Amino acid sequence: MALAKITSISGRGLAVPGNDIDTDRIIPARFLKAITFDGLGEGLFFDARKAVTAAGQVHPLDDARFRGAKILISGANFGCGSSREHAPQAIQKSGFRAVVAESYAEIFFGNSTTIGLACVSADRADIARLTAAVEANPALEVTVDLVRQEIRFGGQTAKLTMRDSARDALVHGRWDPIGELLEGTEAVVAAASRLPYLAVPQK
Amino acid sequence: MRTPPHNLFDKVWAAHAVRELVSGQTQLLIGTHLIHEVTSPQAFAMLQDLGLKVAMPHRTFATVDHIVPTDRQTEPFSDPLADAMIKALRKNCAEHGITYFDLASGRQGIVHMVGPEQGITQPGTTIACGDSHTSTHGAFGAIALGIGTSQVRDVLATQTVALGRLKVRRINVEGKLGPGVYAKDVILHIIRTLGVNGGTGFAYEYGGAVFDRFSMEERMTVCNMSIEGGARVGYVNPDETTFTYLKGRPYSPTGAAWDEAVARWRAFASESGCAYADVVTIQGADIPPTVTWGINPGQGIAITETIPDPAKTKEVDEKAAIVEALAYMKLTAGAPIKGTKIDVAFLGSCTNARLSDFKEVAKYLKGHRVSPGVKAIAVPGSQIVGKLCAELGIDRVFREAGFDWREAGCSMCLAMNPDKLVGDQLCASSSNRNFKGRQGSPTGRTLLMSPLMVAAAAVAGSVADAREVFGVR
Repeated sequence: MALAKITSISGRGLAVPGNDIDTDRIIPARFLKAITFDGLGEGLFFDARKAVTAAGQVHPLDDARFRGAKILISGANFGCGSSREHAPQAIQKSGFRAVVAESYAEIFFGNSTTIGLACVSADRADIARLTAAVEANPALEVTVDLVRQEIRFGGQTAKLTMRDSARDALVHGRWDPIGELLEGTEAVVAAASRLPYLAVPQK
Repeated sequence: MRTPPHNLFDKVWAAHAVRELVSGQTQLLIGTHLIHEVTSPQAFAMLQDLGLKVAMPHRTFATVDHIVPTDRQTEPFSDPLADAMIKALRKNCAEHGITYFDLASGRQGIVHMVGPEQGITQPGTTIACGDSHTSTHGAFGAIALGIGTSQVRDVLATQTVALGRLKVRRINVEGKLGPGVYAKDVILHIIRTLGVNGGTGFAYEYGGAVFDRFSMEERMTVCNMSIEGGARVGYVNPDETTFTYLKGRPYSPTGAAWDEAVARWRAFASESGCAYADVVTIQGADIPPTVTWGINPGQGIAITETIPDPAKTKEVDEKAAIVEALAYMKLTAGAPIKGTKIDVAFLGSCTNARLSDFKEVAKYLKGHRVSPGVKAIAVPGSQIVGKLCAELGIDRVFREAGFDWREAGCSMCLAMNPDKLVGDQLCASSSNRNFKGRQGSPTGRTLLMSPLMVAAAAVAGSVADAREVFGVR
């Protein structure tokens, strides 16, 4: 199956600032009570949004000015905690195609890459610059360029970094590994035969 | 020529590496795949869409844990969504010939309890499960890691995942732990010291005198929370304690195969003089009974300390983190954590709901009463733990003290079942995460601590030093 080559993502940005934003916050556990990923977008940052509304303010995700944003901007250790793929699924189903953050938790990063959600890292100062630009002008077009490894916005440029294996997978349309894993079936059988605990039990 | 000494991670990796992928990642064979009702149904649907079958149903094991009501496990569940989830799991397992430890099996429980109890979790193996606390199984000297649902699909379809290699950080805990200090305090202290993202890109190898003496259940408690420190994998080298635990379990080898297996397992242990990317050494005597005060597991302090004051730090990130946490937790900077009034005490979860946890608490709880106004629940992690506690009269000790004694499941650790905090209730919890809203109420508050500290808080009605409440010496 041919996957899209994800070389560059352009669109509006939306910042949810803060460090250590965990996957429970991205998608609270009660939204995991389902046997499909359908409709997960509605649960994105659900409780955080409610709390902001209750305080008489407007969460960026509820702010009409940011509607249709494709690039989510956040802080360090984004996506820590639970392994729930529901978190990147909810982000993607809400229309985001890339995340720009200082750093990511391991499992979240892998889950995102596997579904074609590009998670790129940038320096704190650059993220602050990007956040300020987006907040000053929500209609600003932001481009996350995976080939040139830079983020462009309103005449400014910031360097982005991304693990080579993930960048390569996105750029070359190999982000979902299932096809390549299936091609290895013969090698898998050979490797398994060398491990006694994998033998089919004799009845 | 002699090969240089290797650590366990490298040896297990080498034994399970199938080939290098174009991306540079490794196609890694997953010997044991554990599945549950929350993260597997979508994976089975993807499998069906691709027209694929389960590659190794005999190496795939299922149970139901997150959504199970713990007051009574009877079906149908009152929550139709939960009921649909257990039915889907049952159907998927039946269709694909997967062993499923169902509610009626007497062997159901939190997936990270079931693997070890059944002897499915073994040294020198690779284990994956769609749950971040899969690191628990590393206590046996396995590479055990949490995966997302697409990877659950990958393992179902190919028995492999695409994975980049991790670096290994050795964490030594030397000397002895003080009285009233437990495995839970060790891991909370490690996370506090190294940070919630200090382990990103690492596997943690735990060792030293404290781990050598630890039981398997204590090792599991520590490995369980590796992911809270950012480490996707945590493990302890297999030794006699490991082999003794595994002997005679339903899936453990028997007869000559047992001896062969032990020899194989032993050979996976890290060799003396092997290389690590990093080594950290902590003295057991420096680890206090630890309580979290904030909204991530790294925000912990000794029971004798005061709640951090943002005014006392110049570090911008730390200041912001303290301010945010205190606002959510409704706690006062500079106040002692001891004496903070609690509403709920929860003793359960894959971190601390094993027989030894309940046994240790029961030893001290006898003759004490839960403070009026505190709702205290004890939830064994598995049906087997529940049964053993009943046989030993442990459940009675808890009931007589005023605890609600429940049936097996994940329960209020993440509140996907009916066990939830209400409003901004403050919960003393033996679980693993104190994230905002974690225990089922968007404003609920969680303080992580050891099981005995949970019991002490339940009895005192407020956060308390178990050493004082129970006279632990």
